[in-house]
Amino acid sequence: MNPYLAGFGLGLVLLAAFLIMGRGLGATAAFGSLVAWLSGLAAPAWTAASPALKGYYAEPPWINWTFYLIVGAFAGSLVSAQLAHRIRWRIERGPHLGVGARLLLAFCGGASAAVGARLARVCTSGQALTGGSQLNAGSWIFMLSVFAGAYALAWFVRREWR
Amino acid sequence: MMLPLYGQELITDGQGLVAALGLGFGFGWFLERAGFGSARRLAAQFYLYDMTVLKVMFTAIVTAAVGLWALAAIGWLDLELVYLTPTSIGAQLLGGLLLGAGFIIGGYCPGTSVTAAATGSGDGALFAAGFAAGIALFAVGFPGLDRWASEASIGELTLPQVFGVSHGALVLALVIMAALMFLGAEWAERRFAHLRPARD
Repeated sequence: MNPYLAGFGLGLVLLAAFLIMGRGLGATAAFGSLVAWLSGLAAPAWTAASPALKGYYAEPPWINWTFYLIVGAFAGSLVSAQLAHRIRWRIERGPHLGVGARLLLAFCGGASAAVGARLARVCTSGQALTGGSQLNAGSWIFMLSVFAGAYALAWFVRREWR
Repeated sequence: MMLPLYGQELITDGQGLVAALGLGFGFGWFLERAGFGSARRLAAQFYLYDMTVLKVMFTAIVTAAVGLWALAAIGWLDLELVYLTPTSIGAQLLGGLLLGAGFIIGGYCPGTSVTAAATGSGDGALFAAGFAAGIALFAVGFPGLDRWASEASIGELTLPQVFGVSHGALVLALVIMAALMFLGAEWAERRFAHLRPARD
């Protein structure tokens, strides 16, 4: 799809979220809710007292708005890809990188992104979109930092992708 | 003044969860249609030969920003009832850098890793697993950082407040800036086309 058209569609979905719920799109809280729920199964007292998890623990996945959003996003991605015949089992990587190394880097990248998202109190691209369109000062600082961090490291990891 | 529906108590929590499924479906649909289920496509943004990420992101931001402003201006939407994340300059600066690092190392952000995993990507699934692990790591390993991020908050702050201009003027500036960025992006894709891997 033409990127400007896809962006327009994404913007309308985001606007609809604002108009219906008074909040934007995001993914971090869904992950947080899931982690807090699992943690609560193993150590309920510790989870309920953890500064980073207690907020998520109060909203388990089955009543967490963002969790439903992400379940919907999974379904939307699946249906879109299925209709376009784009579903393939794959480990995406550049020609100079092994499968094991790629998976390890994906895991570490995810972990780094999570620490960043939690620190910033905002979810990532979802919040860059959300806070960005609200002209939220902190979200713009966050978004510029995301681009700065990624551009600064891009040269060092170029063999991963090309 | 009847929007947002939830804030005006025109829909219930349960209806909100159903709406989330529908909104999520649209979110996932357009991420997938934009090609964001592909880590190499996303990473390409940072090698300048494919600027799809920037084009999609800023078109979406401009669309929603203009919509929010226009609906508030004609009195249909109460912006006071739309949640705004508090600003915390140091924490958001550092958090953004870590997220950017995770993006270029792992190839995704959390939302796009879900799109990738849904379409069969093992690396997308591992990124999502790593993201969950990172949240647990943050909770277990860095309680001090969490406290700092909370205490550093300076409350709700918007760009019109920072620059002392009206909401409409800043939206206009955003539209102009985005248009210039799109011109720059089209130029960059031509200028750096030789960097595109032959296999793509």
